Amino acid sequence: MDPVLNRYQRARIKVREKRSQWKRSLYNAGDLVAFMGRFFREVWKPPYEWREVLYQCYLVGYKSTFLIGLTGFIMGVVLTIQSRPAMAQFGAISLIPGMISVSVVREIGPVITAIICAGKAGSRMGAELGSMRVSEQIDAMEVSAINPYRYLVVTRTLATTLMVPLLAIFADLIALFGGYVAMNIHDTMTLQHFFIKAMAHLEFIDVFPALVKTFFFGYFIGIIGCYKGYNARRGTESVGIAANSAVVAALLAVFVIDLIAAQITDLL
Amino acid sequence: MRENQPYEPGEPESPYTGEGNPGEGNPNEGNPREGNPGEGNPGEGNPAEECSSAEAREIAGENPEAPTGDDEDIGPVTEKSEAELLAERLERQDVADEQAESIRRAEEELQKELAKQGAEPVVNIRGLRKAFGEHEVLRGVDLHVNKGENLVILGKSGTGKSVLIKCLVGLEWPDEGEICVFGKDVSRLNYAELNESRLRTGFLFQNAALYDSMTVRENLLFPLRQHKKDMTREKKQALIMEMLDNVGLAESMDQLPSRLSGGQSKRIGLARTLILRPELMLYDEPTTGLDTGTGKEISELMIRMKKKYNISSITITHDMPCAKMTADRIIMLREGVVVAEGTYEELERSEDEWIRSFFH
Repeated sequence: MDPVLNRYQRARIKVREKRSQWKRSLYNAGDLVAFMGRFFREVWKPPYEWREVLYQCYLVGYKSTFLIGLTGFIMGVVLTIQSRPAMAQFGAISLIPGMISVSVVREIGPVITAIICAGKAGSRMGAELGSMRVSEQIDAMEVSAINPYRYLVVTRTLATTLMVPLLAIFADLIALFGGYVAMNIHDTMTLQHFFIKAMAHLEFIDVFPALVKTFFFGYFIGIIGCYKGYNARRGTESVGIAANSAVVAALLAVFVIDLIAAQITDLL
Repeated sequence: MRENQPYEPGEPESPYTGEGNPGEGNPNEGNPREGNPGEGNPGEGNPAEECSSAEAREIAGENPEAPTGDDEDIGPVTEKSEAELLAERLERQDVADEQAESIRRAEEELQKELAKQGAEPVVNIRGLRKAFGEHEVLRGVDLHVNKGENLVILGKSGTGKSVLIKCLVGLEWPDEGEICVFGKDVSRLNYAELNESRLRTGFLFQNAALYDSMTVRENLLFPLRQHKKDMTREKKQALIMEMLDNVGLAESMDQLPSRLSGGQSKRIGLARTLILRPELMLYDEPTTGLDTGTGKEISELMIRMKKKYNISSITITHDMPCAKMTADRIIMLREGVVVAEGTYEELERSEDEWIRSFFH
């Protein structure tokens, strides 16, 4: 800042900068909302890019199974080991499977899955579309009269919306299995017995809202990743920025949705 | 050759700026063939048909300020009878109608003749202005491209050449001006109409913009899959082969773009663009970043494709050998305005130092 400016002038410039930042933030928020809304208009219109949707499902779903499975297993083991001493104090070791199943199905499974997908799929989408924007591949689609939004954004967002719930179910099952393994470190319990006890504590109100919120997680991870990449500025630096901000914004969205879902579930 | 005529609104500087709007001055001054019939602009239709009665009389050589026969004060009916005066008036009107009709017929003939010669402009830009924030990139550009013609746009970096051709396909939107491509103003088209126009226009990007997750074959197949749904698989394959043969890269069919050299990428980009058989090609610096030999090959390929498919084109380049080989006409952009127009030879002999600096 120019040192010749007096305090008043500097303050005025700061206020103006803040105001323009706010304006920009509001503009970006409005742009994101319009971008998200466009998905619901475009998703019904032919031509349907099933091949691309399947390919994206393969990338989001199949390619993440190992990572999500491993994380779910570790979470199940850790949860069991951590909660065992407290439960033992109350002589409630037999309740551990039920406690694990409720906490995993309601919260840990969906959130862990969403976090991993935001990091893996969200950043990939941000970087991929950002690089396509920078290298004018998106422009090339437009000038060939191909709707890049439909081909790139709709397919990817559909893939995450469909895959995150499936991955969350997979993560739940693996986490329960991890809990079973951890239970057997100190106690002896058959797999069948563990799962019967775990399922006995689960109710519809535990499963259904958790499943519904994973669709929202998937949608937001996909659309935010695509938005950041699709609107990347020119220059290679913007690809990194797009990938980075896609993860940050998607994670933030996941936690906000989780909070809203918890409040809604509480009301039911 | 045309030199140094910065755009002034309202001042016709080329045959395409002094449009034949019957409401403005002498209709004979305007160029009626620039019109875009069917678009509802009264200035673009047939002047003789759309003129008011005063203008019709003006066309017929009469004084428009003179009173018409209807309100003419004929004074006391002494020397000529009323019937004789009526006959005279009708005769005058017949002559005017006849003259207007003959003008209209002549215009039609001219338009037919121009269409026959292929001189009908494929692209017609008038008063194009575009700014990015405070920076005004294009400041009233006028140009036209005739059918089958290759127009080369020369100018230093940052003079808005790429922005200009991006406006033709709706990648950028003009702030002011008219961009007629195939007779339709691109900036006023809806998305479906714009896509129709885009299908008739090919765009070769500076870096070829090949889809890097697809092989060369898939790159060429992609537009066909989107737009030629009725085409059989065999026909699509045959078309891909034809296009790759055209650019001499049939053997690279299963390679990924990352494995191709700069020149090969450009050629595949050209093949991908040509596969939809565009009538207009826009080349954004087709030889930039290539060695002299490869640049020459690309220029030759452009000429070959132009002849084979009778394509009109606009080429943006800094590469003078490319401009010399491919240009039918050259325009020079300086600070967002067209400063010179002519053939390569004409501009090479220019007395303007700035223009000559490109050629020597």
